[in-house]
Amino acid sequence: MKRREFIEKTAAGSALLSLGVSLSSFETSKTRQLTVLHTNDVHSYIDPFPADHPRNANMGGVARRAALIETIRKENPNVLLLDAGDIFQGTPYFNYYGGELEFKLMSMMQYDASTIGNHDFDNGVEGLLAQMPHAKFQFLSANYDFKNTVMDGYVKPYKIFNKNGIKVGVFGLGIELAGLVDKGMYKETVYNNPVETAQDIVRILKKEKQCDIVICLSHLGYKYRDEPNKICDLKLAELTQDIDLIIGGHTHTFLDKPTVAKNLVGKEVLVNQVGCYGINLGRIDFYVDNNKSKAFEGKSIIV
Amino acid sequence: MVNLKKYNDVSKLFVIFLTFFFVASCSKQNYVTKIEGKRIPITEKENHVPAIENFIKPYREHINKDLDSVLAYCPETLDKSAGKWQSTIGNLMADVTLMRGNIVFQAREKKNIDVCLLNSGGIRSILPKGNVTARTAFEIMPFENSLVVIALKGEQILEMIDFFIAEKKPHPLAGVTFTIDKNNFAKNILVQGKPVQKETIYYVGTNDYLSGGGDNMNFFKKGVQKFDLEYKLRNILIDYFKEVDTIPVIKDVRITVE
Repeated sequence: MKRREFIEKTAAGSALLSLGVSLSSFETSKTRQLTVLHTNDVHSYIDPFPADHPRNANMGGVARRAALIETIRKENPNVLLLDAGDIFQGTPYFNYYGGELEFKLMSMMQYDASTIGNHDFDNGVEGLLAQMPHAKFQFLSANYDFKNTVMDGYVKPYKIFNKNGIKVGVFGLGIELAGLVDKGMYKETVYNNPVETAQDIVRILKKEKQCDIVICLSHLGYKYRDEPNKICDLKLAELTQDIDLIIGGHTHTFLDKPTVAKNLVGKEVLVNQVGCYGINLGRIDFYVDNNKSKAFEGKSIIV
Repeated sequence: MVNLKKYNDVSKLFVIFLTFFFVASCSKQNYVTKIEGKRIPITEKENHVPAIENFIKPYREHINKDLDSVLAYCPETLDKSAGKWQSTIGNLMADVTLMRGNIVFQAREKKNIDVCLLNSGGIRSILPKGNVTARTAFEIMPFENSLVVIALKGEQILEMIDFFIAEKKPHPLAGVTFTIDKNNFAKNILVQGKPVQKETIYYVGTNDYLSGGGDNMNFFKKGVQKFDLEYKLRNILIDYFKEVDTIPVIKDVRITVE
Protein backbone atom coordinates (compact mmCIF):
# COMPACT_ATOMS: atom_id res chain seq x y z
CA MET A 1 0.00 0.00 0.00
CA LYS A 2 2.64 2.44 1.09
CA ARG A 3 4.87 1.38 -1.72
CA ARG A 4 2.15 1.81 -4.40
CA GLU A 5 1.26 5.24 -3.14
CA PHE A 6 4.91 6.23 -3.26
CA ILE A 7 5.10 5.17 -6.91
CA GLU A 8 1.94 7.13 -7.73
CA LYS A 9 3.31 10.24 -6.10
CA THR A 10 6.61 9.82 -7.86
CA ALA A 11 4.84 9.38 -11.15
CA ALA A 12 2.87 12.55 -10.51
CA GLY A 13 6.08 14.25 -9.57
CA SER A 14 7.91 13.21 -12.69
CA ALA A 15 4.91 14.18 -14.77
CA LEU A 16 5.06 17.61 -13.17
CA LEU A 17 8.78 17.67 -13.65
CA SER A 18 8.53 16.85 -17.33
CA LEU A 19 5.72 19.38 -17.68
CA GLY A 20 7.99 21.91 -16.01
CA VAL A 21 10.83 21.18 -18.38
CA SER A 22 8.66 21.23 -21.44
CA LEU A 23 7.15 24.47 -20.18
CA SER A 24 10.56 25.99 -19.79
CA SER A 25 11.74 24.78 -23.17
CA PHE A 26 8.54 26.16 -24.68
CA GLU A 27 9.41 29.48 -23.09
CA THR A 28 12.99 29.55 -24.29
CA SER A 29 12.46 28.24 -27.79
CA LYS A 30 10.49 31.36 -28.52
CA THR A 31 12.84 33.12 -30.93
CA ARG A 32 13.23 36.85 -30.70
CA GLN A 33 14.12 39.03 -33.65
CA LEU A 34 16.26 42.15 -33.78
CA THR A 35 16.05 44.17 -36.97
CA VAL A 36 19.06 46.38 -37.61
CA LEU A 37 18.40 49.07 -40.22
CA HIS A 38 21.23 51.19 -41.48
CA THR A 39 22.37 53.96 -43.80
CA ASN A 40 25.77 55.50 -44.60
CA ASP A 41 27.12 58.51 -46.49
CA VAL A 42 23.71 60.12 -46.92
CA HIS A 43 25.55 63.41 -47.58
CA SER A 44 22.60 65.76 -47.00
CA TYR A 45 20.48 64.08 -49.69
CA ILE A 46 17.04 64.89 -48.36
CA ASP A 47 14.98 65.09 -51.54
CA PRO A 48 14.77 62.15 -53.96
CA PHE A 49 16.90 62.29 -57.09
CA PRO A 50 15.06 63.98 -59.97
CA ALA A 51 13.39 61.86 -62.65
CA ASP A 52 15.96 62.89 -65.26
CA HIS A 53 19.01 62.01 -63.17
CA PRO A 54 21.31 59.83 -65.31
CA ARG A 55 22.22 57.36 -62.58
CA ASN A 56 19.82 57.50 -59.65
CA ALA A 57 16.56 58.75 -61.15
CA ASN A 58 13.72 58.81 -58.61
CA MET A 59 15.83 57.08 -55.95
CA GLY A 60 16.16 57.97 -52.29
CA GLY A 61 14.42 60.72 -50.34
CA VAL A 62 14.05 61.03 -46.57
CA ALA A 63 10.21 61.07 -46.53
CA ARG A 64 10.20 57.73 -48.36
CA ARG A 65 12.93 56.27 -46.18
CA ALA A 66 10.84 57.26 -43.17
CA ALA A 67 7.82 55.42 -44.65
CA LEU A 68 9.89 52.30 -45.26
CA ILE A 69 11.22 52.40 -41.70
CA GLU A 70 7.67 52.86 -40.35
CA THR A 71 6.47 49.82 -42.29
CA ILE A 72 9.32 47.71 -40.92
CA ARG A 73 8.69 48.94 -37.37
CA LYS A 74 5.05 47.86 -37.65
CA GLU A 75 6.19 44.42 -38.74
CA ASN A 76 8.76 44.16 -35.95
CA PRO A 77 9.03 46.96 -33.38
CA ASN A 78 12.38 45.62 -32.19
CA VAL A 79 14.42 47.86 -34.47
CA LEU A 80 17.86 49.41 -34.12
CA LEU A 81 18.36 52.25 -36.61
CA LEU A 82 21.97 53.23 -37.27
CA ASP A 83 24.09 55.43 -39.53
CA ALA A 84 27.77 55.00 -40.39
CA GLY A 85 28.68 58.67 -40.88
CA ASP A 86 29.06 61.38 -43.53
CA ILE A 87 25.62 62.73 -42.78
CA PHE A 88 26.84 66.14 -43.94
CA GLN A 89 27.84 67.76 -47.26
CA GLY A 90 26.50 67.19 -50.72
CA THR A 91 23.40 69.31 -51.31
CA PRO A 92 22.47 72.95 -50.67
CA TYR A 93 20.62 71.76 -47.53
CA PHE A 94 24.01 71.48 -45.87
CA ASN A 95 25.38 74.69 -47.35
CA TYR A 96 22.36 76.61 -46.12
CA TYR A 97 21.59 74.98 -42.76
CA GLY A 98 24.86 73.34 -41.73
CA GLY A 99 23.32 69.94 -40.99
CA GLU A 100 20.41 71.11 -38.84
CA LEU A 101 17.75 69.55 -41.07
CA GLU A 102 19.71 66.30 -41.45
CA PHE A 103 19.90 65.82 -37.66
CA LYS A 104 16.28 66.85 -37.09
CA LEU A 105 15.01 64.39 -39.69
CA MET A 106 17.16 61.57 -38.33
CA SER A 107 15.73 62.32 -34.88
CA MET A 108 12.19 62.20 -36.28
CA MET A 109 12.92 58.82 -37.84
CA GLN A 110 14.19 57.72 -34.41
CA TYR A 111 17.75 56.90 -35.32
CA ASP A 112 19.45 55.27 -32.34
CA ALA A 113 23.08 56.08 -33.11
CA SER A 114 25.56 57.28 -35.69
CA THR A 115 29.31 57.36 -36.01
CA ILE A 116 31.24 60.36 -37.31
CA GLY A 117 32.51 60.55 -40.89
CA ASN A 118 35.23 62.80 -42.26
CA HIS A 119 32.68 65.09 -43.94
CA ASP A 120 30.93 65.62 -40.61
CA PHE A 121 33.94 67.86 -39.85
CA ASP A 122 33.28 70.00 -42.94
CA ASN A 123 32.15 72.95 -40.83
CA GLY A 124 34.78 72.20 -38.21
CA VAL A 125 34.31 70.76 -34.73
CA GLU A 126 32.47 73.98 -33.92
CA GLY A 127 30.07 73.38 -36.82
CA LEU A 128 29.38 69.87 -35.57
CA LEU A 129 28.85 71.11 -32.01
CA ALA A 130 26.41 73.75 -33.28
CA GLN A 131 24.12 71.00 -34.61
CA MET A 132 24.25 68.80 -31.49
CA PRO A 133 21.03 70.25 -30.01
CA HIS A 134 19.16 68.91 -33.07
CA ALA A 135 20.30 65.30 -32.66
CA LYS A 136 18.27 63.07 -30.36
CA PHE A 137 20.44 60.07 -31.20
CA GLN A 138 23.83 59.11 -29.78
CA PHE A 139 27.12 59.80 -31.58
CA LEU A 140 29.56 56.93 -31.20
CA SER A 141 33.28 56.92 -31.87
CA ALA A 142 35.73 54.83 -29.90
CA ASN A 143 38.91 55.89 -31.70
CA TYR A 144 38.36 59.65 -32.01
CA ASP A 145 39.32 61.40 -28.80
CA PHE A 146 37.51 64.73 -28.58
CA LYS A 147 38.79 65.52 -25.08
CA ASN A 148 40.66 68.65 -26.16
CA THR A 149 37.97 69.96 -28.48
CA VAL A 150 34.61 71.66 -28.07
CA MET A 151 32.98 68.29 -28.86
CA ASP A 152 34.20 66.88 -25.53
CA GLY A 153 31.36 65.02 -23.84
CA TYR A 154 29.12 64.69 -26.89
CA VAL A 155 30.53 61.47 -28.28
CA LYS A 156 30.58 58.09 -26.52
CA PRO A 157 32.82 55.17 -27.48
CA TYR A 158 29.93 52.71 -27.30
CA LYS A 159 26.34 52.31 -26.22
CA ILE A 160 24.49 49.22 -25.07
CA PHE A 161 20.91 48.89 -26.26
CA ASN A 162 18.50 46.49 -24.57
CA LYS A 163 16.13 45.44 -27.29
CA ASN A 164 13.42 43.09 -25.99
CA GLY A 165 15.94 41.29 -23.79
CA ILE A 166 18.65 41.23 -26.44
CA LYS A 167 21.72 43.09 -25.28
CA VAL A 168 23.29 44.87 -28.26
CA GLY A 169 26.64 46.64 -27.93
CA VAL A 170 27.28 49.25 -30.62
CA PHE A 171 30.57 51.10 -31.00
CA GLY A 172 31.93 53.53 -33.58
CA LEU A 173 35.20 53.83 -35.51
CA GLY A 174 36.39 56.75 -37.63
CA ILE A 175 38.90 57.11 -40.45
CA GLU A 176 42.35 58.75 -40.09
CA LEU A 177 41.78 62.49 -40.38
CA ALA A 178 45.29 63.70 -41.23
CA GLY A 179 45.56 64.19 -44.99
CA LEU A 180 41.84 63.80 -45.46
CA VAL A 181 40.38 66.63 -43.40
CA ASP A 182 41.95 70.03 -42.89
CA LYS A 183 43.56 70.24 -39.46
CA GLY A 184 41.76 73.54 -38.91
CA MET A 185 38.50 71.61 -39.08
CA TYR A 186 39.20 68.67 -36.76
CA LYS A 187 41.52 70.71 -34.50
CA GLU A 188 42.76 68.63 -31.55
CA THR A 189 40.65 65.56 -32.30
CA VAL A 190 42.97 62.58 -31.77
CA TYR A 191 42.74 59.57 -34.08
CA ASN A 192 43.62 56.32 -32.34
CA ASN A 193 44.43 52.98 -33.98
CA PRO A 194 41.06 51.48 -34.93
CA VAL A 195 42.09 47.82 -34.57
CA GLU A 196 43.56 48.22 -31.08
CA THR A 197 40.59 50.34 -30.06
CA ALA A 198 38.15 47.79 -31.42
CA GLN A 199 39.86 44.96 -29.52
CA ASP A 200 39.61 46.90 -26.24
CA ILE A 201 35.98 47.90 -26.76
CA VAL A 202 34.84 44.48 -27.91
CA ARG A 203 36.40 42.89 -24.83
CA ILE A 204 34.40 45.28 -22.65
CA LEU A 205 31.17 44.72 -24.59
CA LYS A 206 31.45 40.94 -24.86
CA LYS A 207 33.27 39.88 -21.68
CA GLU A 208 32.42 42.56 -19.11
CA LYS A 209 29.02 43.73 -20.31
CA GLN A 210 27.94 40.33 -21.67
CA CYS A 211 26.43 41.67 -24.88
CA ASP A 212 24.61 39.17 -27.06
CA ILE A 213 25.39 41.03 -30.28
CA VAL A 214 28.28 43.41 -31.02
CA ILE A 215 27.95 45.89 -33.88
CA CYS A 216 30.68 48.17 -35.19
CA LEU A 217 29.66 51.39 -36.94
CA SER A 218 32.66 52.12 -39.11
CA HIS A 219 33.63 54.98 -41.37
CA LEU A 220 36.93 53.29 -42.29
CA GLY A 221 35.86 52.26 -45.79
CA TYR A 222 35.07 48.82 -47.20
CA LYS A 223 38.34 48.08 -49.01
CA TYR A 224 41.22 49.95 -50.71
CA ARG A 225 42.46 48.11 -53.77
CA ASP A 226 45.39 50.49 -54.35
CA GLU A 227 46.36 50.70 -50.70
CA PRO A 228 46.46 47.13 -49.39
CA ASN A 229 47.94 48.18 -46.05
CA LYS A 230 45.29 50.74 -45.26
CA ILE A 231 42.85 49.67 -42.58
CA CYS A 232 39.38 48.94 -43.91
CA ASP A 233 36.27 47.06 -42.81
CA LEU A 234 37.37 43.75 -44.35
CA LYS A 235 40.74 43.97 -42.57
CA LEU A 236 39.08 45.02 -39.32
CA ALA A 237 36.86 41.93 -39.55
CA GLU A 238 39.89 39.66 -40.04
CA LEU A 239 41.97 41.22 -37.26
CA THR A 240 39.38 41.16 -34.47
CA GLN A 241 36.98 38.76 -32.82
CA ASP A 242 33.51 38.83 -31.26
CA ILE A 243 32.15 41.46 -33.68
CA ASP A 244 28.95 40.20 -35.28
CA LEU A 245 28.34 42.99 -37.76
CA ILE A 246 30.37 45.83 -39.23
CA ILE A 247 28.24 48.54 -40.78
CA GLY A 248 30.53 50.55 -42.99
CA GLY A 249 30.74 53.78 -44.92
CA HIS A 250 33.15 56.23 -46.58
CA THR A 251 33.90 54.31 -49.80
CA HIS A 252 30.29 54.62 -51.07
CA THR A 253 30.35 50.91 -51.77
CA PHE A 254 27.10 49.51 -53.11
CA LEU A 255 27.13 45.93 -51.86
CA ASP A 256 24.37 43.80 -53.37
CA LYS A 257 24.33 41.87 -50.12
CA PRO A 258 26.39 41.81 -46.93
CA THR A 259 29.84 40.24 -47.17
CA VAL A 260 30.48 37.28 -44.89
CA ALA A 261 34.08 37.58 -43.68
CA LYS A 262 36.04 35.38 -41.26
CA ASN A 263 37.41 36.87 -38.05
CA LEU A 264 40.61 36.14 -36.11
CA VAL A 265 39.22 32.86 -34.74
CA GLY A 266 37.54 31.75 -37.94
CA LYS A 267 34.02 32.83 -37.05
CA GLU A 268 31.76 34.68 -39.45
CA VAL A 269 31.43 38.47 -39.37
CA LEU A 270 28.99 40.33 -41.55
CA VAL A 271 30.29 43.46 -43.29
CA ASN A 272 27.74 45.66 -44.97
CA GLN A 273 27.57 49.02 -46.74
CA VAL A 274 24.67 50.37 -48.79
CA GLY A 275 26.26 52.90 -51.16
CA CYS A 276 25.37 56.51 -50.48
CA TYR A 277 22.86 59.40 -50.71
CA GLY A 278 20.04 57.48 -48.98
CA ILE A 279 19.43 55.39 -52.09
CA ASN A 280 19.26 52.17 -50.08
CA LEU A 281 18.44 51.01 -46.59
CA GLY A 282 20.41 48.09 -45.21
CA ARG A 283 18.52 45.50 -43.21
CA ILE A 284 20.08 42.81 -41.04
CA ASP A 285 17.79 40.57 -38.97
CA PHE A 286 19.24 38.71 -36.00
CA TYR A 287 17.20 35.79 -34.67
CA VAL A 288 18.11 35.11 -31.08
CA ASP A 289 17.25 32.09 -28.96
CA ASN A 290 18.07 31.33 -25.37
CA ASN A 291 17.76 27.60 -25.81
CA LYS A 292 21.32 26.39 -25.85
CA SER A 293 20.52 23.26 -27.83
CA LYS A 294 19.42 25.47 -30.73
CA ALA A 295 22.70 27.32 -30.56
CA PHE A 296 24.57 24.03 -30.86
CA GLU A 297 22.90 23.48 -34.19
CA GLY A 298 24.95 26.43 -35.36
CA LYS A 299 23.81 29.70 -36.79
CA SER A 300 22.70 30.10 -40.34
CA ILE A 301 23.52 33.23 -42.33
CA ILE A 302 21.19 34.00 -45.18
CA VAL A 303 22.33 36.86 -47.40
CA MET B 1 0.65 8.92 5.23
CA VAL B 2 1.58 12.18 6.89
CA ASN B 3 5.15 11.64 5.88
CA LEU B 4 4.18 10.94 2.32
CA LYS B 5 2.08 14.08 2.07
CA LYS B 6 5.07 16.05 3.21
CA TYR B 7 7.16 14.31 0.60
CA ASN B 8 4.61 15.27 -2.05
CA ASP B 9 4.83 18.94 -1.07
CA VAL B 10 8.59 18.82 -1.19
CA SER B 11 8.56 17.18 -4.61
CA LYS B 12 6.12 19.81 -5.88
CA LEU B 13 8.39 22.53 -4.57
CA PHE B 14 11.33 20.80 -6.15
CA VAL B 15 9.55 20.72 -9.50
CA ILE B 16 8.64 24.39 -9.26
CA PHE B 17 12.22 25.16 -8.30
CA LEU B 18 13.54 23.19 -11.25
CA THR B 19 11.11 24.93 -13.61
CA PHE B 20 12.19 28.33 -12.45
CA PHE B 21 15.82 27.29 -12.50
CA PHE B 22 15.50 26.24 -16.12
CA VAL B 23 13.66 29.34 -17.21
CA ALA B 24 15.97 31.62 -15.30
CA SER B 25 19.20 29.97 -16.38
CA CYS B 26 18.14 29.77 -19.98
CA SER B 27 17.02 33.37 -20.32
CA LYS B 28 20.38 34.68 -19.14
CA GLN B 29 22.23 33.68 -22.26
CA ASN B 30 21.07 34.50 -25.77
CA TYR B 31 22.33 32.70 -28.82
CA VAL B 32 22.19 34.07 -32.34
CA THR B 33 20.74 31.24 -34.40
CA LYS B 34 20.06 32.95 -37.68
CA ILE B 35 21.07 36.16 -39.48
CA GLU B 36 19.43 37.49 -42.59
CA GLY B 37 20.76 40.45 -44.54
CA LYS B 38 19.56 42.39 -47.52
CA ARG B 39 19.63 45.75 -49.28
CA ILE B 40 16.33 47.56 -49.71
CA PRO B 41 16.27 50.16 -52.49
CA ILE B 42 14.29 53.32 -51.74
CA THR B 43 12.26 53.97 -54.86
CA GLU B 44 9.27 56.00 -56.00
CA LYS B 45 7.05 53.01 -55.13
CA GLU B 46 7.52 53.88 -51.50
CA ASN B 47 4.93 56.15 -49.86
CA HIS B 48 6.20 59.15 -48.02
CA VAL B 49 5.52 60.20 -44.45
CA PRO B 50 3.51 63.47 -44.65
CA ALA B 51 4.90 64.76 -41.34
CA ILE B 52 8.44 64.46 -42.67
CA GLU B 53 7.51 65.94 -46.04
CA ASN B 54 5.83 68.93 -44.36
CA PHE B 55 8.81 69.42 -42.12
CA ILE B 56 11.21 69.62 -45.07
CA LYS B 57 8.98 71.93 -47.11
CA PRO B 58 9.87 75.33 -45.58
CA TYR B 59 13.59 74.53 -45.75
CA ARG B 60 13.29 73.49 -49.39
CA GLU B 61 11.28 76.59 -50.27
CA HIS B 62 13.80 78.87 -48.64
CA ILE B 63 16.70 77.25 -50.51
CA ASN B 64 14.83 77.33 -53.80
CA LYS B 65 14.02 81.00 -53.36
CA ASP B 66 17.64 81.71 -52.64
CA LEU B 67 19.00 79.55 -55.46
CA ASP B 68 16.66 81.29 -57.85
CA SER B 69 17.48 84.85 -56.84
CA VAL B 70 19.16 86.73 -59.69
CA LEU B 71 22.92 87.27 -59.31
CA ALA B 72 23.95 88.42 -62.79
CA TYR B 73 22.84 88.75 -66.41
CA CYS B 74 24.09 86.75 -69.37
CA PRO B 75 23.77 88.61 -72.70
CA GLU B 76 24.03 85.50 -74.90
CA THR B 77 23.93 81.76 -74.39
CA LEU B 78 27.37 80.32 -73.64
CA ASP B 79 27.65 76.76 -74.94
CA LYS B 80 30.57 74.37 -74.85
CA SER B 81 29.55 72.69 -78.11
CA ALA B 82 29.86 75.95 -80.06
CA GLY B 83 33.62 75.80 -80.61
CA LYS B 84 36.23 73.35 -81.87
CA TRP B 85 39.23 74.26 -79.71
CA GLN B 86 37.69 76.80 -77.41
CA SER B 87 34.24 77.72 -76.23
CA THR B 88 32.86 80.87 -74.67
CA ILE B 89 31.73 78.99 -71.57
CA GLY B 90 35.11 77.22 -71.36
CA ASN B 91 37.02 80.50 -71.59
CA LEU B 92 34.83 81.97 -68.89
CA MET B 93 35.22 78.99 -66.57
CA ALA B 94 39.02 78.85 -66.98
CA ASP B 95 39.45 82.62 -66.58
CA VAL B 96 37.19 82.82 -63.55
CA THR B 97 38.79 79.78 -61.90
CA LEU B 98 42.28 81.20 -62.44
CA MET B 99 41.28 84.62 -61.18
CA ARG B 100 39.34 83.55 -58.09
CA GLY B 101 41.73 80.71 -57.33
CA ASN B 102 44.54 83.23 -57.25
CA ILE B 103 42.88 85.11 -54.39
CA VAL B 104 43.29 82.00 -52.22
CA PHE B 105 46.62 80.86 -53.68
CA GLN B 106 48.28 84.26 -53.27
CA ALA B 107 47.02 84.61 -49.72
CA ARG B 108 48.11 81.13 -48.70
CA GLU B 109 51.23 80.44 -50.74
CA LYS B 110 52.28 83.90 -51.98
CA LYS B 111 52.40 82.45 -55.48
CA ASN B 112 50.45 82.95 -58.70
CA ILE B 113 48.50 80.42 -60.70
CA ASP B 114 49.96 80.58 -64.24
CA VAL B 115 47.63 78.26 -66.09
CA CYS B 116 44.17 76.81 -65.64
CA LEU B 117 43.04 73.63 -67.39
CA LEU B 118 39.66 72.02 -66.75
CA ASN B 119 37.76 69.39 -68.70
CA SER B 120 35.08 70.04 -71.24
CA GLY B 121 33.15 67.04 -69.88
CA GLY B 122 32.95 68.72 -66.50
CA ILE B 123 30.74 71.49 -67.86
CA ARG B 124 27.33 69.91 -67.45
CA SER B 125 25.08 72.62 -68.82
CA ILE B 126 24.93 75.73 -70.94
CA LEU B 127 24.91 79.20 -69.39
CA PRO B 128 21.65 80.41 -70.88
CA LYS B 129 20.96 83.95 -72.02
CA GLY B 130 19.08 85.87 -69.35
CA ASN B 131 19.16 85.99 -65.59
CA VAL B 132 21.91 84.03 -63.89
CA THR B 133 21.25 82.42 -60.50
CA ALA B 134 23.09 80.18 -58.07
CA ARG B 135 21.02 77.35 -59.50
CA THR B 136 22.70 78.01 -62.85
CA ALA B 137 26.03 77.34 -61.15
CA PHE B 138 24.66 74.10 -59.67
CA GLU B 139 23.54 73.03 -63.16
CA ILE B 140 26.84 73.85 -64.83
CA MET B 141 28.87 72.32 -62.03
CA PRO B 142 26.81 69.74 -60.12
CA PHE B 143 29.90 67.89 -58.94
CA GLU B 144 31.64 68.54 -55.66
CA ASN B 145 35.03 69.06 -57.31
CA SER B 146 37.35 71.56 -55.75
CA LEU B 147 40.30 73.55 -57.02
CA VAL B 148 43.74 72.02 -56.85
CA VAL B 149 46.98 73.68 -57.95
CA ILE B 150 49.71 71.42 -59.32
CA ALA B 151 53.29 72.57 -59.75
CA LEU B 152 54.34 71.28 -63.17
CA LYS B 153 57.65 71.57 -64.99
CA GLY B 154 57.65 73.18 -68.44
CA GLU B 155 58.14 69.69 -69.86
CA GLN B 156 54.74 68.66 -68.56
CA ILE B 157 53.19 71.84 -69.94
CA LEU B 158 54.35 70.59 -73.34
CA GLU B 159 52.81 67.16 -72.62
CA MET B 160 49.62 68.93 -71.62
CA ILE B 161 49.48 70.75 -74.95
CA ASP B 162 50.19 67.53 -76.90
CA PHE B 163 47.32 65.96 -75.00
CA PHE B 164 45.12 68.92 -75.81
CA ILE B 165 45.84 68.64 -79.54
CA ALA B 166 45.32 64.85 -79.54
CA GLU B 167 42.00 65.16 -77.66
CA LYS B 168 40.48 67.70 -80.05
CA LYS B 169 38.11 68.93 -77.36
CA PRO B 170 37.45 72.49 -76.22
CA HIS B 171 38.78 71.95 -72.69
CA PRO B 172 38.65 75.20 -70.73
CA LEU B 173 42.13 76.69 -70.86
CA ALA B 174 43.57 79.97 -69.54
CA GLY B 175 47.06 81.40 -69.20
CA VAL B 176 48.49 79.56 -72.22
CA THR B 177 48.41 80.38 -75.92
CA PHE B 178 49.82 78.30 -78.74
CA THR B 179 49.62 77.61 -82.44
CA ILE B 180 48.91 74.26 -84.06
CA ASP B 181 51.01 73.97 -87.20
CA LYS B 182 50.17 72.11 -90.41
CA ASN B 183 51.76 68.92 -89.06
CA ASN B 184 49.53 69.06 -86.02
CA PHE B 185 52.38 70.11 -83.72
CA ALA B 186 52.33 72.95 -81.22
CA LYS B 187 54.50 76.00 -81.61
CA ASN B 188 54.75 79.51 -80.12
CA ILE B 189 53.74 78.16 -76.74
CA LEU B 190 53.42 81.08 -74.33
CA VAL B 191 52.62 80.90 -70.63
CA GLN B 192 51.42 84.24 -69.29
CA GLY B 193 52.83 85.75 -72.50
CA LYS B 194 56.34 84.29 -72.11
CA PRO B 195 57.81 81.33 -74.02
CA VAL B 196 57.56 78.11 -72.02
CA GLN B 197 60.83 76.88 -70.42
CA LYS B 198 61.30 73.14 -69.91
CA GLU B 199 62.86 73.43 -66.44
CA THR B 200 60.68 76.20 -65.09
CA ILE B 201 57.97 75.38 -62.54
CA TYR B 202 54.48 76.52 -63.49
CA TYR B 203 51.47 76.51 -61.21
CA VAL B 204 48.49 74.94 -62.93
CA GLY B 205 44.99 75.17 -61.49
CA THR B 206 42.63 72.28 -62.16
CA ASN B 207 40.08 70.23 -60.28
CA ASP B 208 40.85 67.46 -57.79
CA TYR B 209 39.51 64.81 -60.17
CA LEU B 210 41.79 65.77 -63.07
CA SER B 211 44.77 66.33 -60.77
CA GLY B 212 44.75 62.62 -59.99
CA GLY B 213 44.99 61.76 -63.69
CA GLY B 214 41.25 61.74 -64.36
CA ASP B 215 40.15 61.87 -68.03
CA ASN B 216 43.66 60.56 -68.91
CA MET B 217 45.31 63.81 -67.88
CA ASN B 218 48.30 61.80 -66.68
CA PHE B 219 50.72 64.72 -66.91
CA PHE B 220 49.14 66.03 -63.69
CA LYS B 221 50.47 62.99 -61.88
CA LYS B 222 54.02 64.17 -62.66
CA GLY B 223 53.48 67.31 -60.61
CA VAL B 224 56.24 68.20 -58.16
CA GLN B 225 53.87 69.77 -55.65
CA LYS B 226 50.13 69.82 -55.01
CA PHE B 227 48.03 72.43 -53.24
CA ASP B 228 44.44 71.72 -52.34
CA LEU B 229 42.72 75.09 -52.16
CA GLU B 230 39.48 73.64 -50.67
CA TYR B 231 37.48 75.90 -52.94
CA LYS B 232 34.72 74.19 -54.84
CA LEU B 233 34.50 75.04 -58.52
CA ARG B 234 30.80 75.67 -58.11
CA ASN B 235 31.42 78.14 -55.31
CA ILE B 236 34.00 79.88 -57.51
CA LEU B 237 31.25 80.37 -60.09
CA ILE B 238 28.67 81.53 -57.54
CA ASP B 239 31.13 83.99 -55.98
CA TYR B 240 31.93 85.31 -59.45
CA PHE B 241 28.26 85.68 -60.40
CA LYS B 242 27.69 87.70 -57.23
CA GLU B 243 30.61 89.96 -58.11
CA VAL B 244 29.81 90.65 -61.76
CA ASP B 245 26.82 92.40 -63.27
CA THR B 246 26.92 91.21 -66.87
CA ILE B 247 28.69 88.00 -67.87
CA PRO B 248 31.37 88.70 -70.51
CA VAL B 249 31.37 86.74 -73.76
CA ILE B 250 35.06 85.87 -74.05
CA LYS B 251 36.23 85.18 -77.60
CA ASP B 252 39.98 85.95 -77.58
CA VAL B 253 42.03 83.45 -79.59
CA ARG B 254 44.11 81.20 -77.36
CA ILE B 255 44.69 78.42 -79.84
CA THR B 256 45.60 79.36 -83.40
CA VAL B 257 45.40 76.78 -86.15
CA GLU B 258 47.59 77.19 -89.25
